[in-house]
Amino acid sequence: MRGFLTLFYKELLRFWKVGFQTVAAPILTAILYLLIFSHVLEGRVQVYPGVSYGAFLIPGLAMMSILQNAFANSSSSIAQSKITGNIVFILLPPLSHFEFYLAYVLASCVRALAVGTGVVLATSLLFVSLPLEQPVWIVVFAVLGAAMLGTLGMVAGIWAEKFDQIAAFQNFIIIPLTFLSGVFYSIRPLPEFWQNVSKLNPFFYMIDGFRFGFFGISDVSPYLSLAIVGSALLALSCAALLMITRGYKLRA
Amino acid sequence: MLPAIEIHNLSKAYGAVQALPTIDLDIPQGEFFALLGPNGAGKTTLISLIAGLSKADAGYVRVMGHDVIRDYRQSRRALGVVPQELVFDPFFSVIETLRLQSGYYGLRRNQQWIDEILHNLDLTSKADANMRALSGGMKRRVLVAQALVHKPPVIILDEPTAGVDVDLRQGLWEFIHKLNSDGHTIVLTTHYLEEAETLCTRIGMLKQGRMVALDSTDNLLKRFSGLKMRVRMVGGAPPESLRPLLAAPATTDEWVLALRDYAHAEQVLAELRKSEREIAGMELTQPDLEEVFVSIMRGE
Ligand SMILES: Nc1ncnc2c1ncn2[C@@H]1O[C@H](COP(=O)(O)OP(=O)(O)O)[C@@H](O)[C@H]1O
Ligand SMILES: [Mg+2]
Repeated sequence: MRGFLTLFYKELLRFWKVGFQTVAAPILTAILYLLIFSHVLEGRVQVYPGVSYGAFLIPGLAMMSILQNAFANSSSSIAQSKITGNIVFILLPPLSHFEFYLAYVLASCVRALAVGTGVVLATSLLFVSLPLEQPVWIVVFAVLGAAMLGTLGMVAGIWAEKFDQIAAFQNFIIIPLTFLSGVFYSIRPLPEFWQNVSKLNPFFYMIDGFRFGFFGISDVSPYLSLAIVGSALLALSCAALLMITRGYKLRA
Repeated sequence: MLPAIEIHNLSKAYGAVQALPTIDLDIPQGEFFALLGPNGAGKTTLISLIAGLSKADAGYVRVMGHDVIRDYRQSRRALGVVPQELVFDPFFSVIETLRLQSGYYGLRRNQQWIDEILHNLDLTSKADANMRALSGGMKRRVLVAQALVHKPPVIILDEPTAGVDVDLRQGLWEFIHKLNSDGHTIVLTTHYLEEAETLCTRIGMLKQGRMVALDSTDNLLKRFSGLKMRVRMVGGAPPESLRPLLAAPATTDEWVLALRDYAHAEQVLAELRKSEREIAGMELTQPDLEEVFVSIMRGE
């Protein structure tokens, strides 16, 4: 337990010591997105009845920040430790496989949720106030989304041998899946084919469920989203734990 | 008594490279063991397998009786490893590095022992320095300190004195020697053969992944390079009776004779006196690990 807490604490310190880049900067980026998109599209687009486009956008942007930062935290930490070699400090002690997994994923969640909270607070203070119809769903999807991407970041970090590979993972998998998940739009007006394609994207359910927590309106039932996001998290966690247990690329 | 390290039928290949074809080795508790061999012999590979940093293709390793795969938590708790590469985490200071390492082993309130290690490794004044700001020798000492935070009964050091200046090397060896006297089992690899010769009680020599010599330091020295006598005579070849002792072809005026022991030297001197030639110079040379190493590695 103590070993796990220490690794968790170390991972928190790692991003907190450079908190300006790891927490403040992504919040600022989200504010800029909101500023530009809501300015351009405000009044022209109304996605949900009675919800301004700016308000509609905030949960999407917050979720996008949560996902990207959760992924960035665990993937960069593991890849960096592997490439510089200081991962031996963690491989030598008697940490269990599960402690190893949990410490990285929880630290990713903390950073992601700090950023997500920051985005929601800053944007709703600066621009539009948001309803909080069903706050439990907000928390559930924020945590599940952060954990899922934190886990995916672990998988990527363990697999990658170079920083380029992490960047490729981010640019070719995470960003497209995020942008096509309905951060900026609802899938309802889309042609049926594209609606169905969107429904193959697990990120869609995270954002849709998260948004339901704010507005009480969503494209699919939050229970369906919960089931899908929960299963995806479980599957990824099993993959990550299998990699750790086998020592894949960590204990070659 | 349970061996500190038990290695059975261990083998490891990296792709087509057979880094370790098969190794069997027991290291008893309390031993000061040197693992020697040229670069690429497989020393680091063997250490990685003992530490569970890589996985064997076959065979097993136990540390203090614990299988390094099946009972990895117990075996890792019993082991401290100083890696060969000069690795560090640039995010942290020396003291933070040690506190974190201590925490990974589940220890709290370990400050007293950490202070003692810092003191013994002459790092106290650097405790708050960031790792990035340290010289190579200092970083190496922090690595040693990290390996000791959990007071492991078995300590492995992979080339701990590479790139470390003479003063520091002396201090480091004193500390490690003290740990050995306190009952810790020590295994080290080094390129400085004099260090291995003076410190270690037993030596294993690896060549292309094979243990080509494994014996007490004394036995190795005796077996491979006995006492030698270097004699210079005024003119002439050695007496016939001494020819079988020639360690190297004689030059006109200098011969190197291999002796069994000091008593043998008396007999040789008597023979020389009988030949009634004048001795211009004479020197006895001690056996030396360097010689043993070179002759074993040549495959003699
Ligand atoms: N990660 C690795 N991948 C491929 N080959 C390796 C790896 N590590 C070591 N080797 C090879 O295994 C052999 C033994 O290396 P090593 O254990 O580092 O030797 P030593 O520590 O005695 O210098 C060498 O031929 C080396 O090239
Ligand atoms: Mg080596």
